[in-house]
Amino acid sequence: MPRKKKSVVVLDAKTIQRALVRIAHEIVEKNKGAENMAIIGIQNRGAYLAERVAKLIEQIEGVEIPLGLMDITLYRDDVQTKLEQPLVQKTDILFDVVDKTIILVDDVLYTGRTVRAALDQIIDFGRPRSIQFAVLVDRGHRELPIRADYVGKNLPTAKDDRVKVKIKEVDGEDSVSVVRQ
Amino acid sequence: MKSRHLLGLEGMSRREINLILDTAEKFKEILARPIRIVPTLRGVTVVNLFYEPSTRTRISFELAEKRLSAEVVNFSASISSARKGETLKDTVRNIEAMKTDMVVVRHQAAGVPYFLTQCLKSSIINAGDGAHEHPTQALLDLLTIREKHKKIKGLKVTIVGDIKFSRVARSNIWGFKIMGADVSLCGPSTLMPVEIEKMGVKVYSDLDRALEGADVVMVLRIQLERQKGGLVPSPREYTNKFGITRERLERLNENFTIMHPGPMNRGVEIMPDVADGPHSVILDQVTNGVAIRMAVLYLLSGGEGKVE
Repeated sequence: MPRKKKSVVVLDAKTIQRALVRIAHEIVEKNKGAENMAIIGIQNRGAYLAERVAKLIEQIEGVEIPLGLMDITLYRDDVQTKLEQPLVQKTDILFDVVDKTIILVDDVLYTGRTVRAALDQIIDFGRPRSIQFAVLVDRGHRELPIRADYVGKNLPTAKDDRVKVKIKEVDGEDSVSVVRQ
Repeated sequence: MKSRHLLGLEGMSRREINLILDTAEKFKEILARPIRIVPTLRGVTVVNLFYEPSTRTRISFELAEKRLSAEVVNFSASISSARKGETLKDTVRNIEAMKTDMVVVRHQAAGVPYFLTQCLKSSIINAGDGAHEHPTQALLDLLTIREKHKKIKGLKVTIVGDIKFSRVARSNIWGFKIMGADVSLCGPSTLMPVEIEKMGVKVYSDLDRALEGADVVMVLRIQLERQKGGLVPSPREYTNKFGITRERLERLNENFTIMHPGPMNRGVEIMPDVADGPHSVILDQVTNGVAIRMAVLYLLSGGEGKVE
């Protein structure tokens, strides 16, 4: 008999919010403030998380942090092998990345290929002082030597599990679920 | 995208055209960056196979390819072994034997792009075949109009000039009609194809009537060689009857747009003050051309879907 797929909620809205608050404080603590800092979210859910983190840091430090969003589709390493090209979304980086501390934000860290693409794209915009990476969920199974500086939750998963992230601005609710095969 | 090739707009769906236009808009942002290059087509070799002269289309494709980090090969028939009598089929197969992936082709014979899909493994993009189609031109025209008017459906578009020998006219008729616009044609009856009304367009030989209420006026180049063939009495008579002057444009809606695919015969089919005036989007068309071509190259560059 085929096993029915089971979906388990591992992070609810409150937990997600607490994690983002903690991450914002960690960012400010590690960088001793928010000077010369800018935040870039990876399309598309990462961009909304980035906005939340930026607002939290602004509340903590009392300064406005430049916010950008980035679509990494054109920097993917599988562009010429996919059957259907993924839709290219908006990239809006209206500030100069040169000499800034860039905080990259995404929802899930998995193989690390998305982050690799994001790093290449940011550096094509200019040479930042440093790039740090904040992620809501780290599900393991890295295929490249990539790591996150700030993690919301470490989530051990099997390779064929599916991690489903919902964000209020996109999906109407905040939650992270794992669908076990 | 349904096909690996872009041969023409005939038979395309509104969904596909919107996909190309939306993707092109995203590529425009890249053209505004200090580093206008993305690594998307690294390792892809594109051949620009031009059997006819071209300025805009050719440079536009070359820049689009280079800005996607593709490897570019330029072929001009006039300085190639085509002059020694080498056939088209031999030429392209020889080039493909050097491991090329995509071919952008312009040729005086209609149907050449389709012919290439039958004898090559590469993806083929039509950059103009005879009087048949010039799909990337029509796509950049659609993008320019969508930017200017925020929509295409319901707009009144009038194309003026030599329709009979124009691939730009044909692709634009397909494109604008698929997107729901109202298309009218105007030109000398010697240069109007027989039964073209069957494409769902209105045909006028009186310019003032054709321009009545138009939102978009697309001006086509009058090829002065037609005069020698007796199809047009003289350039001056053409200008009198069909030349786009400021006075003629007074009958249009306030927000009208003037387009021209280029190259222009200033003072013949279009007056300089119109071409350089505030309603002209001629240079925007050219800018959008690079973005559209980047979008087309990107969307056609997919693979077999093996890697996940």
